[in-house]
Amino acid sequence: MPNAIARETQRLSDVFVAAGAVPLTADILLRAETLLDLYGEDIRGRAYVTADPLRGEMMLRPDFTVPVVQMHMKTQVDPARYTYAGPVFRRQENDDSRAIEFTQVGFEVFDGANTAASDADVFVAISHALDGLPARASVGDLGLLLAAVSGLQTTDVRKAALLRHIWRPHKFLALLKRFGGGTPVSEKRKRLLSAKEPLLTASGDMGLRSQQEIEKRIAALKKDAQTPPISTKEVGQIEELLAIGGPLIEATDELVSLATTMPAIAKAVDQLKARNQALSARGVDIESLYFEASYGRTTMEYYDGFVFGFYATGTNGLPPLATGGRYDALTAQLGQGREQPAVGAVIRPDLVCQLREEQ
Amino acid sequence: MLKLGVPSKGRLMDKTFAWFAERGMTMRKSGSDREYAGAVDGIDGVELVLLSASEIPRELEAGRIQLGVTGSDLVREKLALWDTRVAEVAKLGFGGADLIVAVPQSWVDVDTLDDLDAVAAAFRADHGFRLRIATKYHRLVREFLRDNGVADYQLVDSQGATEGTVKNETAEAIADITSTGETIRANGLKILDDGLIHASQATLFRGQISHWTEQQRKVYKQFERQLGLTGSEPPAGV
Repeated sequence: MPNAIARETQRLSDVFVAAGAVPLTADILLRAETLLDLYGEDIRGRAYVTADPLRGEMMLRPDFTVPVVQMHMKTQVDPARYTYAGPVFRRQENDDSRAIEFTQVGFEVFDGANTAASDADVFVAISHALDGLPARASVGDLGLLLAAVSGLQTTDVRKAALLRHIWRPHKFLALLKRFGGGTPVSEKRKRLLSAKEPLLTASGDMGLRSQQEIEKRIAALKKDAQTPPISTKEVGQIEELLAIGGPLIEATDELVSLATTMPAIAKAVDQLKARNQALSARGVDIESLYFEASYGRTTMEYYDGFVFGFYATGTNGLPPLATGGRYDALTAQLGQGREQPAVGAVIRPDLVCQLREEQ
Repeated sequence: MLKLGVPSKGRLMDKTFAWFAERGMTMRKSGSDREYAGAVDGIDGVELVLLSASEIPRELEAGRIQLGVTGSDLVREKLALWDTRVAEVAKLGFGGADLIVAVPQSWVDVDTLDDLDAVAAAFRADHGFRLRIATKYHRLVREFLRDNGVADYQLVDSQGATEGTVKNETAEAIADITSTGETIRANGLKILDDGLIHASQATLFRGQISHWTEQQRKVYKQFERQLGLTGSEPPAGV
């Protein structure tokens, strides 16, 4: 099996090189701080942490995205296509049947000119690489939800709070409910909001968070209490959007009709239509694709546009063979002042081999 | 021999000894008072091993002891998928303590985890680093905060005097064990309304019976009978 995986890894790399990608290598040990800043403390549950006295905490790379984006953003190349291959490491705290180390072969496209074409190129490259395997693809588009939230008739503070929790669906819905007036305000909170002077406590000021910061938040809470709730109509539209799922063509029609009452998503729907066309033009049978508006929200936290995954058909419980998507915002976060639209995907050659063997 | 691990000092040891004594098993340290081994009278085939309460979960998992008394918080913190590695035999009704999240009392705008999350976002923007929560229960706290949608925080390790970290400005909030909440209040902190992570108490655990010898299983049956625990027949396998 190891030989077969190595051969498959090479074959996949060749496919991506043929699609115009330049091979890259990346460090296995990454600075923990970069990943912690990006993903928060949760990453500690998913990545192996190690340390030395000089550099402090380091992490075994949980994927290639961060080092590849960092490397690319130091260059000024536009457009650029890369491929890479190597092991990634995933700490498992709750499921000892899941792999802690496996190979990924990736393909990334940095191209600001035509996002629909880049999206389609990456999807097609992955689809070609998996040719002949019993797999089906699911697609989604987080740009729709981001656009819907940004277009809500409410304060920027509320929108920012919702956008911050896009990738935590449970929390997102709780916030949406609260901003829609569906959560009763506690007595304690009512007292705080009706107090003329800031409430004082016996213990006085303590810790780094200053009295000024506390008063700033109380002022924000008071202002929010005066803000009318997000309308039932708008909350309903977000829920309607999130519930869309089905064959891509039908889902697209539903989104087009939703956009007539929800103009904020019109541009994102146009993007989706342009991508559908680009996929069709490259020979993808888009009739066979399945669309889910919520796809990628729990497992792919840096994706903010097109997202997709390829799944083995007829095999239960196998993780996705390939996953990918667009991560424009991540390039801005890691780009030290620069940003560049980017889309990419990875394949797991071990799963490809396993699937071939089972066939 | 069935090895029974018991906390090696303090009230937890005394109360454990008393709990077993009430049920007809007398425990005593063997030899000098400094020795960490002992005997159990009133039942044959059970050996007493005195250990630090925090080591008992690991020893149970490794199969070096078959039974152990420790806090349910420690088992959940130290063992991933704890309920597939060890099983609860009996709650002993003492050693109660809550693992909670607490913030300064001066944070009059913070009552809940939602508030904490909102403050964490603002704190990061204002200070340039993630809000620090001091704890020694890293895994339990991280999972709890994740499940409750709290982001933009970091855990800083604190193995003792955790309640003092906020005053000392090495953390903005804490997650720690408290039984009465007095130390928390005395240090100018308050517990969040929904900040209870786990209500812990001293609990008798056992390891995986499938790894035991025939003899150990026999002794365990007798042990259960004498403690009046029969009827709580464990599922096979674990």
